[in-house]
Amino acid sequence: MSRIGVFICHCGLNIAGTIEVEKVVKLVSDYPEVVYATDYMYMCSDPGQDMIKEMVKEKKLDGVVVAACSPTMHETTFRNAIASVGLNPYRGEIANIREQCSWVHQNHKEIATEKAVKIIEATIEKLKLDMPLIPLSVPVTKRALVIGGGIAGIQASLDIADSGYEVILVEKNQSIGGHMLQLSETFPTLDCPQCIATPKMVQVGQHPKIKLLAFSEVEEVSGYVGNFQVKIRRKASFVDWDKCTGCGLCMEKCPVRVPSEFNEFLSKRKAIYTLFPQAVPNKPVIDSNNCLYFTKGKCRVCEKNCSLKAINFEQKDSLVEEKVGAIIVATGYDLMNKAEVGEYGYGKYKDVIDGMQLERLLAPAGPTEGIPYRPSDGKIPKEVVFIQCVGSRDPEHYYPYCSKICCMYTVKQAMLYKHAVPDGQAYVFYMDIRCNGKGYEEFLQRGIEEDRILYLRGRVSKIFKDGDKIKVWGADTLTGRKIEISADLVVLAMAIIPSKGAKKLAEKLRLATDDYGFLTEAHPKLRPVESLTAGYFLAGAAQAPKDIPETVAQASGAASKVDSLFSKDELYHEPIIANVDEEVCVGCGNCVNICAYDAVELDLKTKKARVNPVICEGCGACSAACPSGAMQQNNFSKRQIFEMVNIFTV
Amino acid sequence: MKTEISIKNIKSKFLDKVEELSEENLYACYQCGKCSAGCPSISEMDISPGEIIRLVQLGQEKEVLDSKTIWICASCFTCVTRCPKGVDLAKVMEALRQITLRKNVDYVSPWSIPKEVLSQVPQIALVSCLRKFSA
Amino acid sequence: MKISYFPGCTLKTMAKNFEDSAIASLSFLGIEMVELPRWNCCGTVYSLTSDDLIHQVAPIRNLIRVKEARDTRVVALCSMCYHTLKRANKLVKEDQEKLDKLNNLMYREDVKYNGEVEVLHLLEILKNEVGFDQVSKKVKMPLKGLKVAPYYGCLLLRPAEVGLDDPESPTILKDLLESVGAEAIDFPYETECCGSYHTVVNVNLVVERAHDILSFAISQKAEAIVLSCPLCGFNLDHRQKEIKEKFPDFKSIPVFYFTQLLALSLGLDEKVCRFELNFIDPRPLLKSKHFIGGV
Repeated sequence: MSRIGVFICHCGLNIAGTIEVEKVVKLVSDYPEVVYATDYMYMCSDPGQDMIKEMVKEKKLDGVVVAACSPTMHETTFRNAIASVGLNPYRGEIANIREQCSWVHQNHKEIATEKAVKIIEATIEKLKLDMPLIPLSVPVTKRALVIGGGIAGIQASLDIADSGYEVILVEKNQSIGGHMLQLSETFPTLDCPQCIATPKMVQVGQHPKIKLLAFSEVEEVSGYVGNFQVKIRRKASFVDWDKCTGCGLCMEKCPVRVPSEFNEFLSKRKAIYTLFPQAVPNKPVIDSNNCLYFTKGKCRVCEKNCSLKAINFEQKDSLVEEKVGAIIVATGYDLMNKAEVGEYGYGKYKDVIDGMQLERLLAPAGPTEGIPYRPSDGKIPKEVVFIQCVGSRDPEHYYPYCSKICCMYTVKQAMLYKHAVPDGQAYVFYMDIRCNGKGYEEFLQRGIEEDRILYLRGRVSKIFKDGDKIKVWGADTLTGRKIEISADLVVLAMAIIPSKGAKKLAEKLRLATDDYGFLTEAHPKLRPVESLTAGYFLAGAAQAPKDIPETVAQASGAASKVDSLFSKDELYHEPIIANVDEEVCVGCGNCVNICAYDAVELDLKTKKARVNPVICEGCGACSAACPSGAMQQNNFSKRQIFEMVNIFTV
Repeated sequence: MKTEISIKNIKSKFLDKVEELSEENLYACYQCGKCSAGCPSISEMDISPGEIIRLVQLGQEKEVLDSKTIWICASCFTCVTRCPKGVDLAKVMEALRQITLRKNVDYVSPWSIPKEVLSQVPQIALVSCLRKFSA
Repeated sequence: MKISYFPGCTLKTMAKNFEDSAIASLSFLGIEMVELPRWNCCGTVYSLTSDDLIHQVAPIRNLIRVKEARDTRVVALCSMCYHTLKRANKLVKEDQEKLDKLNNLMYREDVKYNGEVEVLHLLEILKNEVGFDQVSKKVKMPLKGLKVAPYYGCLLLRPAEVGLDDPESPTILKDLLESVGAEAIDFPYETECCGSYHTVVNVNLVVERAHDILSFAISQKAEAIVLSCPLCGFNLDHRQKEIKEKFPDFKSIPVFYFTQLLALSLGLDEKVCRFELNFIDPRPLLKSKHFIGGV
């Protein structure tokens, strides 16, 4: 015989305005095995909780039903309350008579009251069969994995390492830094990005707690929060980085010249190369697709000139295994390919470039030392047209979203162009100007007023080559005209999309993404740096387009989540998980196929299902799919559910 | 110039008629101007194509129906192909023309075409011209 | 091989040069274009209002004729016919209610239409049925050294769901021109509207459009224009008289239907090309390139 206490909350008028609470208390008090029933204004308040605690002790209750709001809101509150006075928290249940009763039947008070009683009675039936469960505890490996070495990954790694935990930073390119290192100057301060980022990069390279694995990619992840096993592929660079001192002689001697990815194909690099002079690590990589030895079996000039014998053409990829407790995904962004846009030439015009290409042309250390010469003939452009929103805000053909940063970098680029070519003219075709950061609006007005950039409000319908000029057909909706400009150079602000390979990685890690490949956060407002999967955190543009200050803030936020995870020595896992009755199980395997978390496997020898209690998230799918009833969920057994159904159908 | 707007002309029968005939939601247009930017006939128009939608939204029936624009439109579908919101402006223009034509008012009446022109132009020009412009 | 052929009004009169050269070329390539019996006007221009079902009767009736001819495909040459037939076909294929209403309206027809016919353009036949490489093989006189501006106009390519090729960067005419040995220039004005039916009441508009298109082609060193629509043909060819009146410095440029160049390259007699129907005489250009003989 149980001794159950029922506590009914008014929730102000939310419940009491529709449900006759006194009547419910009276009816419920007479229900079998209920020894105490009462009501209160706000059960979740301190006095409300105290009342529950007192009554548990006084009436020696062995089970508590709180009839109130949704479990999502206060299940934890009430379970903690009863646990504090020695009652097992899983002997406490919430009967939702607000969201599922008073809020949806506001015009039917009598029926709502009847229904509330039934909800409480059903919950009592469930509670009678609830077992006093003990949460499982798992140890936490206090090491973090950060995937992506751009500014987000760099910041997160430094924050976690500075808190005293070890970090493994994996970056697919041969140097960390990401796109920020390609930029010319950053808005709104016109800081040199290489100057502000390289100190952080050096810190990462030298930090005793950071293990930097550059030119590497995550191959496989298994396990669960606090206990991940990660396989990382260290790609063959064909240079022994332990022997190499970064002297650069091999790069000087290499005869091959191919288009440079870092310089957005505006200049050439060698087949053995580093990305830029301040690279961390500052060690070269051989591009086997273009190296003369790998393609034709000749040359080997780099090897001949390396006195430290650091060149190793036989080097193979290697796999490294690491154990970590938390993973931050900071894989960043790329620009949409301009070759996808038909009305702007499908990428075939040399003098129609994208924003990143202009960054390289404007960068003082770039291929043209900061003067934006036309890629086609090297002349200085006197009239430059900037087109915003290319591929963005276009639900019909490309991406419906706004890429957030283009308005700001376009005005910055137009200003830098004017500083480099003072007698030139910059035009910007825009739809709206989005300047929502600190100092951004002032920066825009400075650009317009001081550098006299002409802003034309309208999109561009078509651009094409006319002689050695690029004809631009745009609109100025403020005067209702079609505007034609014969430009020397056209710069497209292409849509921001997730980094190449990010989608595949998300699939490997089983992380939720949206339709465009951006990682999905646990809650868009209140949990922006956590993913839906426990143990994975998000930082930077991998989650959505954003600028550098937001990226750095988010990276620190993700790092602090990791720190709080690591502050515990043990993690508690909810025990409302699936359970197999081996005597009943016939080994059909339905549960294995249906589990979204890979938490069930079929033991090949005994032919029985086996649940991994730490990975199981208690979703109930396997219990529903089990044809024999062998699989049941703790405190959600078939019997419990039927008892609840009986209350409603009688 | 000053234009007073209120629920009367924003929720006008004119807008309803245009949306019904064209099966387009005019509120999907965010006035980006791409249609105007690509329109080959804009030099002969008095109001730019994108502005026509704006005026319909503001309930300015007379100004729109009296414009040259809706009759200069050649239904080339360039705007339709490029509109980022998928608004079929060619259908909107047709709806606006039809509002006048269906009152039995010709824009071009067959008898007004000079004899020399009739014998000069190919049949297809006459067929399509009269289909578009006569009641 | 035989295929049903829909000529449309103008191909039988002012644009007979288009029809004759097409039929002759296809016949040489092994395809017999069988004119649809009892065809009627295609119903151009496709009606853009939602409630205008009566205007779909003309195009759908033509598709019934195709069914009666026991064929499932019909080929059109004129861009406007192609566009109207194809769009009407798509409308009824996607809306059973409209199709039923149309069949009821045409109750006196022996056959009902149920979306069985596919509307094709001759260029599609050349690309997919014959293949441009096969065309190349049959070319007797490659049109070497002839620089041509391929012109598509509007209705062949737009809207994208009934278009023949990519509306921003089509290549089908270029592929054809290259298969017959000619050189197609890069021509951004290839998809710009010629002014269409405004040629009846607003000649100035057409003159402006045509002038822009032709001048750009000439500035890109094109020696001829090639196209596929009798209305575009009239606006770009015949209206050169009015263009010259408004722009005295304008240099004329011959305009061909693509089948005329095809027929020439296949070695067919000049007569099937009916060059006398081209307004700007193309013969001096062709003679200078030694594609035709005579003085």
